Amino acid sequence: MIEFRDVTKRYPDGTVAVDELSLSVEAGTITVFVGPSGCGKTTSLRMVNRMIEATSGQVLVDGQDVAKQKPAQLRRGIGYVIQQAGLFPHRTVLDNVATVPLLSGWSKAKARTRASELLELVGLPVEFGKRYPAQLSGGQQQRVGVARALAADPPILLMDEPFSAVDPVVREGLQDELLRLQAELDKTIVFVTHDIDEAIKLGEKVAVFRVGGKLAQYAEPAELLRAPADEFVSSFVGRDRGYRGLGFLSADGIAVEQLETVPVGAAVPTTNDWVLVVDGERKPVGWLRPGSSSTVDGTVTADGLEPGGSLYDVEGGNGTTGSLRSAMDAALSSPSGHGVAVDGSGAVVGRVSAESVLAALSKAREQAATA
Amino acid sequence: MTWVSDHFGQLLQVSGQHLVLALLPVLIGFVLSVPLGWVAHRWRLARTILIPLSGLLYTIPSLALFVVMPALIGTRILDPLNVQVALTIYTIALLVRSVADALDAVPGHVVAAANAMGFGQLRRFFTVDLPLSVPVLTAGVRVAAVTNISLASIGAIIGVESLGSFLTEGFNRTNYPEIIAGIVAILVLALVVDALLLLVGKLITPWTRATRGASKGASA
Ligand SMILES: Nc1ncnc2c1ncn2[C@@H]1O[C@H](COP(=O)(O)OP(=O)(O)OP(=O)(O)O)[C@@H](O)[C@H]1O
Ligand SMILES: [Mg+2]
Repeated sequence: MIEFRDVTKRYPDGTVAVDELSLSVEAGTITVFVGPSGCGKTTSLRMVNRMIEATSGQVLVDGQDVAKQKPAQLRRGIGYVIQQAGLFPHRTVLDNVATVPLLSGWSKAKARTRASELLELVGLPVEFGKRYPAQLSGGQQQRVGVARALAADPPILLMDEPFSAVDPVVREGLQDELLRLQAELDKTIVFVTHDIDEAIKLGEKVAVFRVGGKLAQYAEPAELLRAPADEFVSSFVGRDRGYRGLGFLSADGIAVEQLETVPVGAAVPTTNDWVLVVDGERKPVGWLRPGSSSTVDGTVTADGLEPGGSLYDVEGGNGTTGSLRSAMDAALSSPSGHGVAVDGSGAVVGRVSAESVLAALSKAREQAATA
Repeated sequence: MTWVSDHFGQLLQVSGQHLVLALLPVLIGFVLSVPLGWVAHRWRLARTILIPLSGLLYTIPSLALFVVMPALIGTRILDPLNVQVALTIYTIALLVRSVADALDAVPGHVVAAANAMGFGQLRRFFTVDLPLSVPVLTAGVRVAAVTNISLASIGAIIGVESLGSFLTEGFNRTNYPEIIAGIVAILVLALVVDALLLLVGKLITPWTRATRGASKGASA
């Protein structure tokens, strides 16, 4: 656990970067510090491993005041990942990852074995170990940065905008990877970003800072979307927060209704509603317009169908139930208005409608009100 | 040419002497420049004193420095130490700036990462900052070495034996082959030493040749 107690940082030039910060970061969770540029996120983070000393107040790690610990010792137990990865350009990827184990006195062989394992853990081929950092893409360098921070298996990981220098697609991959790793490793992670979407995706708790180093709100992401503390937080959280908030509501119990489907190659059904065309594994292929009989021999082909919208995975992708947001999006993005619900294997199980999402939403609100 | 073949052994031997005279100061100067350069890199005040001072030292004519050396360090007039100490001063004057600039150029995020991983100051300096400075330092050391090889010849004027002695002796005896042999030998030494330093500099910095696309199979 990491605890900030009335921590203030005033730089020699008088800038107050962090103002009376008090918050505690639960062990084994991802906590995100988010806020506009210059609001003191990096300063707060660096006071944890004493790269910056607090002017007043205390930072405790596992109940121990960091100011009373030797910086080098303290830091070897705290992984740190920075924006440009900060890899050593003159060392191979493998040696970069082996750095902290070597500093902590491991034998070279043991440190290198460990480093190879970590490359694998972060999804890099072991052969990359022989390369120099300059021979990797930005995204790969970030992975190496994460591997290096994890090498000595520190219980705490500090990450300062680790994914902000890579393109959005790679960033999303890295975020998913981090969540997967965290499910496996259960570290105490403090993650700094100025991207509220990243904060909401990754954080179990999110601390929103305002310029001047003041904590504006510290809450779970769903809470942040539902009840921003003030004007600043609400504008920082941005537009569509009602819609994005649906992402935190389980679609458990939402009605999945029956949906008429027809396999490719079968006879065109006679109906005046939209019909979903599926393949041999019952995976959606596209929609057949009402009354469309443009096919020559009266059977359904894969061409000439309306492309479908997003899919609502009733299993939520990783064993959980899907969210109301994905159900709603499936309904809204489908040309027929019927959201396509699929199971974990991608096979169609039925349809969801916007009305049923709204019904589930009001039920959830009633429950929240009576609870 | 007959002069060269007659005196080949002597040429080789004096070349060796010349190298020691010129390069020992490079080595010592380098070792002294590293901490001085670090100090200049670390403290702004130190920098504003050290860098102009070394620039000033560099402008002192070598002959003048050789001549005043005995008065400064209490050596005899003909002592080779006069030349070596003077050349060491030139080397330092050149390299302090190189070291300071090279250290300044180490990327901030690399330094931050090293600190965050718990490197001690000294360890970080020798395993991160200094290795990353090698490309800039190699350039500085090459200039210092070539400069010293040419300056060492001037020592002959105050009687310290070097390849320059062939020039002074050649002029006295109007022996042109001797003069030309001396000049060529100095040139060859300078070129060979420069090439060797360049090669060593490349060999100890394999990462500088590693860039994206240089290796096959790099993918996102
Ligand atoms: N060494 C320093 N001396 C003086 N002021 C500083 C120093 N470092 C940071 N500051 C100031 O402190 C404030 C907070 O800086 P900090 O780097 O913590 O912000 P941040 O939230 O990480 O911003 P960003 O998102 O841009 O990285 C800023 O106003 C900054 O200018
Ligand atoms: Mg920052």
